[in-house]
Amino acid sequence: MSRTQNEDRRTAHTVRLVRSLLLFAGLNLVVTLLGLWPALWWIMALGNFVLLVIMAEAAAPLVPGTRAHLYEQTLAVGFPILLLLGWELLVAGGILSPDWFPPPTRIARALWELSTEQNPFTDTSLFGRPWLLPERIAADGAAGAAALAAESHLFATLMRVFLGFLIGTIPGLVLGVAMGLSRTIRTMIDATLSAFYVLPKIAIFPIMMLVFPNPFGEGPKIAVVAISAFFLVTINTMVGVRDIEPVLLEAGRNYGARGLRMFRHVVLPAALPVIFGGLRLALGTALIVIIAIEFVRSQTGVGFLTFYYWEILAPEKMYAGLVVVMILGVGLTAGLTALERLVMPWRRDVKQKKAKT
Amino acid sequence: MSTDTANGPHNGAASPHGAAPKIHAVAVGKTFPSSHGPVEALHNFSLDIYEGEFLSLVGPSGCGKSTFLRILAGLAEESSGTISIHREANPTRPLSGMVFQEYAVFPWKTVAENVAFGLHMRGVSRSERTAIAADWIDRVGLRKFARHYPHQLSGGMRQRVGIARALANDPEILLMDEPLGALDAQTRTVLQEQLLELWQEGRKTVLYVTHSIEEAVLLGDRVVLMTAHPGTNKAEFDIPLERPRSLKTTAEPEFARLSYAIWESLRDEVQRSIEEAE
Repeated sequence: MSRTQNEDRRTAHTVRLVRSLLLFAGLNLVVTLLGLWPALWWIMALGNFVLLVIMAEAAAPLVPGTRAHLYEQTLAVGFPILLLLGWELLVAGGILSPDWFPPPTRIARALWELSTEQNPFTDTSLFGRPWLLPERIAADGAAGAAALAAESHLFATLMRVFLGFLIGTIPGLVLGVAMGLSRTIRTMIDATLSAFYVLPKIAIFPIMMLVFPNPFGEGPKIAVVAISAFFLVTINTMVGVRDIEPVLLEAGRNYGARGLRMFRHVVLPAALPVIFGGLRLALGTALIVIIAIEFVRSQTGVGFLTFYYWEILAPEKMYAGLVVVMILGVGLTAGLTALERLVMPWRRDVKQKKAKT
Repeated sequence: MSTDTANGPHNGAASPHGAAPKIHAVAVGKTFPSSHGPVEALHNFSLDIYEGEFLSLVGPSGCGKSTFLRILAGLAEESSGTISIHREANPTRPLSGMVFQEYAVFPWKTVAENVAFGLHMRGVSRSERTAIAADWIDRVGLRKFARHYPHQLSGGMRQRVGIARALANDPEILLMDEPLGALDAQTRTVLQEQLLELWQEGRKTVLYVTHSIEEAVLLGDRVVLMTAHPGTNKAEFDIPLERPRSLKTTAEPEFARLSYAIWESLRDEVQRSIEEAE
């Protein structure tokens, strides 16, 4: 009885899947044959998306339970590939201009060129000239390697993010913990901190250029990144420490934890999940800030590279720069996640806690 | 917050012979400041606890029974009254160990690290505290889970960790703040029985705060009732049920008679606390 019901249901899903597939194929064929793509392309993009969702929904119940995870991964990976394919086709069909929207294949080739070739004007590339590394080290040692590293735009951006993040995070952690533990410090500083927190950090870049002896050097750039990270880390650390379940602190006290031991064994581990939420936000913001600064006032870095290729109107290289920024963001976040798993082994199979801001 | 409210200055009041109470609390009051003015949580509350006694403290919600426990644990300070504690000569032995509700087990420490926590904080060497913790983990039946983190355990197992954490530290007095309150009825019953067994072995002095009259009668040598907010002494019942007890004790007519007598006495207070809450 129930078996036939199940079979009926399967049949119904299959019919729905086939019907939506036919609709999808038919619609696209008719529009192509009538040459209506240029006029209707965005309506078609929307329509095709809706049909794709209907097809995926119809297919889902047909997937056996053991393969459900694989099916979801296919959707997650497949859809972006379809998007890129659609983009490529729209440019190939002359609907999107390659001047503003160079096709993904050309962007990929530009990315390859950026990584492997020297720019004749700036005499640098994304990675610099790492193939010269052995002979430079042989000639000048560490100084030779450093000079070579300075040629790399990727290295320049990475160093600014890394140093700024480090310089901003450490005092942020200290102040955040102090504010979380002491009501007095919190009451005194909270208003000031909130006022600075809402200020777009890029706006203090001119001040930093005044403050540092060399306004065009690395100092002001790293300082702005550090300040951006500092506020986010401070606020999240404070919230993380303040929101510790009181019963955990009481348990710590009752079992004799005091001072540094209390901090090391109770306060810090209890606040870490929220602190890492803050670090995640700070890293994202650091990347935004450094790219913006490199747009306006820098001769090196991925941001400079992107803006430079806008100025000389090489759109595919400009896009390639953006791709590098995206990869940078994903890579740095993955690094932070790895660190998180390392220092919080007890949360390895718990879902990520959202940051509190 | 000072940690030494319950000992030190009060030591002089204790008398040397065994009949003197372990804890002698007289007219203890606790007032909390609030934006609406001071709030009295505990009023003129007196209690004697004797060495090796299992004392159950029962009262309606918000009657200040947890506050009293926190004062004894050194987590709060009394506003009035005196508490004297007859301390043992051994200065390294902790005075009190508290069992909180199950979420007070540290999520970032494994079962073994949680149970060894008090010993660790007292500076007991790693090998010694590991051995003591392993023994207690065995006794609460969690040997297979020693390296697990609390979130990998059920609520009942987590609370067994909480109990083992307190017992491994070997305090003079065990303070229990509604330790089984958050567990489902069946898990609770199992843990009550396990608690009876554990207590039977060591006969430690216990102050057990609970909402449940049946739990108070089953576990306690004496049940002390408190009035609704602000809490003060309401009544006291000796529980002459034979030891060792088990779940079978709950089937005795004397158990039912005592439970009902306590409920009769408590009913008005519960009614009052419900009306106050509304």
